[in-house]
Amino acid sequence: MTGTLLSIQGLTKAYPGVVANDSVSFDIGTGEIHALLGENGAGKSTLVKMIYGLVKPDSGTMEMRGAPYAPPEPRSARLAGVAMVFQHFSLFDALDVSENIALGMENPPPLRDLAARIRTVSEEYGLPLDPYRTVGGLSAGERQRVEIIRCLLQDPKLLIMDEPTSVLTPQEVEILFETLNKLRQEGTSILYISHKLEEIRALCDTATILRLGKNVGTCDPREKSARQMAEMMVGSELQTPKGAGATPGEAVLDVSGLTLPAPTKFGTALKNVHLRLHTGEVLGIGGVAGNGQDELLAALSGEMRAARDAIRLKGQDIGHLGPTARRRRGLLAAPEERLGHAAAPDMSLTENALLTGAVREGLATNGFLRWGKARKFAERIIETFDVRTPGPDSVARSLSGGNLQKFVIGREVLQRPEVLVVNQPTWGVDASAAAAIRQALLDLAGDGTAVLVISQDLDELMEVADHFAALNEGRLTETRRTADLTIEEIGLMMGGAHDGMEVAHVEA
Amino acid sequence: MDMDSITPALLLASLMVAATPILLAGIGELVVERAGVLNLGVEGMMITGAIFGFAVTIESGSPMLGFAAAAAGGAGLALLFAALTQLALANQVASGLALTLFGLGLSSLLGQDYVGLKPVQPPAFKIPLLSDIPFIGRVFFSHDLMVYFGLGLVAAVWFMLKYTRAGLILRAVGENHHAAHALGYKVVRIRILAILFGGACAGLGGAYISLIRVPQWTEGMTSGAGWIALALVVFASWKPGRVLLGAWLFGGVTVLQLNLQAAGLAIPVEYLSMSPYLITILVLVIMSADKSRAPASLGRIFHASG
Repeated sequence: MTGTLLSIQGLTKAYPGVVANDSVSFDIGTGEIHALLGENGAGKSTLVKMIYGLVKPDSGTMEMRGAPYAPPEPRSARLAGVAMVFQHFSLFDALDVSENIALGMENPPPLRDLAARIRTVSEEYGLPLDPYRTVGGLSAGERQRVEIIRCLLQDPKLLIMDEPTSVLTPQEVEILFETLNKLRQEGTSILYISHKLEEIRALCDTATILRLGKNVGTCDPREKSARQMAEMMVGSELQTPKGAGATPGEAVLDVSGLTLPAPTKFGTALKNVHLRLHTGEVLGIGGVAGNGQDELLAALSGEMRAARDAIRLKGQDIGHLGPTARRRRGLLAAPEERLGHAAAPDMSLTENALLTGAVREGLATNGFLRWGKARKFAERIIETFDVRTPGPDSVARSLSGGNLQKFVIGREVLQRPEVLVVNQPTWGVDASAAAAIRQALLDLAGDGTAVLVISQDLDELMEVADHFAALNEGRLTETRRTADLTIEEIGLMMGGAHDGMEVAHVEA
Repeated sequence: MDMDSITPALLLASLMVAATPILLAGIGELVVERAGVLNLGVEGMMITGAIFGFAVTIESGSPMLGFAAAAAGGAGLALLFAALTQLALANQVASGLALTLFGLGLSSLLGQDYVGLKPVQPPAFKIPLLSDIPFIGRVFFSHDLMVYFGLGLVAAVWFMLKYTRAGLILRAVGENHHAAHALGYKVVRIRILAILFGGACAGLGGAYISLIRVPQWTEGMTSGAGWIALALVVFASWKPGRVLLGAWLFGGVTVLQLNLQAAGLAIPVEYLSMSPYLITILVLVIMSADKSRAPASLGRIFHASG
């Protein structure tokens, strides 16, 4: 680490009604992995867009190796050696890998030469990639490789990565970190945006923390605990969710011998799943992604019908019923994917509240919508769960991930479910929103609701769940008390070759 | 019935002529749609091109000037569409339909003084030597310049889309305009240029009808060719080669049914008249049953946000 690569002095950018960045200053050293931390809406994205030339700052200056740097457009940023891997991949599904990479380069060589270079570079950095495959058919991890290699082919001095691990499996994260460490050794600086604190502690040399657009501190992430950094981000003491300690009562949901074929070619079949859920209990279901989590949620919510007696709610057979009938009986669900599954992206929050709340909240009578009541319900969700949005007329898409997630979970919680099933309730959500969501789930259980949390985040399950079971290739293990489990036992329950990675993640 | 009156060479030669208007309009619209814009105003731009080309040819006596004016006229109308949809962010479907209605009205107004006149015919351009080859020479190498221009344009568009950086960028803009913008490409500028190109091509296609194929001016003389061109692009799965095939098929059945009518086939004329539309769409539907799909951003409004 010798010298400063990029020095940022007093960058300010205001949008109507909000100051996204308020006089932010910090330096990025050469060959340094510099973390940029902050909650959703803290101004991280705006800041990197200014560095990448997509947004012009209102005031403030940047210096690249001592020379003034003010890119008017991404092209000049790329020429200056700045490359960026986007959070929402900026890829073209219908084009192949080499075409996608050519589009991100200033002077791409002919496609055939480029393909050869892609192969060389991708193997050199341990990110194998076939240049002729169509991007639409690639996995999230492979798509990210395309972006990274697009950047690497331009020999960047500064690589900006916006939430690179939010879509990756633990194995892919491992590979990515190896690549980034290699780049650091070669003297490339990396600006790494994330809110996964353990990752930052494992990877980064320096961390700059943004809160409400202001730089609230720069620190060495290895010397701080995750909790300390989280508190700097939030600006207050972080509340660890506390269970109300209700003793589980009688069984409300009884799943026995639930077997379902895989819904799609890439899906997982559920094989003879048994579980029993009691009032006031939180049951956590862990497992590596793609082992039947989505299918289990679909089977419980009613999106996928099962045999009549495979699912029983308070003694009644409900396996054959659809989602609306199950909602009426008190079994509610919040699926994983916020945009498109849990919420309709282009509909307002009021409309989204109506979509699942119509039955239990009485938002529709005789087929006619009761807009006033629906709007009040949406407002109640926004207020109770501190959803930051201009109001219930905003479309779901306009909310940040954490805020929309709070809305989606809140919408179900406020319908007083008897059984609530959630999948990945805090995926891609910042620390304080995640804590709020977990607290809401625990409060709900404290009031006697049976809660089933499906999650790939073991820390989360250990924090909220009374009982734990794991999904592995569509099979569910037996249920164990969380308090009695050791990390090794959890690893064994999750089965397969993925244990080591997951366990390491917990211990970190 | 007299089938002997239908000679294959003449039939195939007139197929090339009949296919040219929708080929020109179709290849222009293909470029527009590959850039992610759905311009339903092809019919309006064609008929505008038809009257511009006709009027300028009559006034100047030069068919070349006429075609140039037709391209300018079509592009002018397209510019209106571009301003509405790319700058004012208006809905593309509504704007395109409006453009067609406006073009039909404008052309009738401009064409009032030109009904019944005869334009100067451009000379057929026989390619030396090649046109002397029996049969093939008659079919392929004895046409006017616009037929060759249309074929050349299809080849050029195909090459541009497949092998050049400009083509790659155009496809990228049509595929994902947000990503293209994030990479620093000028989405709106590229789309406006594509729309103008499409308008010019539609104008040329219209003028080919009024100057060569018919050659005279009557109101609404494009009679749905613009809509066929639009359908052609969709069913050709946005591939230039298939647009050419579809245009030839449509032209071929059109010419054949005219010949059959003339030969007195015992089928009601109405069935014969609808046959080119039916057969073209049927064949293209079958061809488009592969996995190719529309440009992902087609018809979606792009608003650059931050």
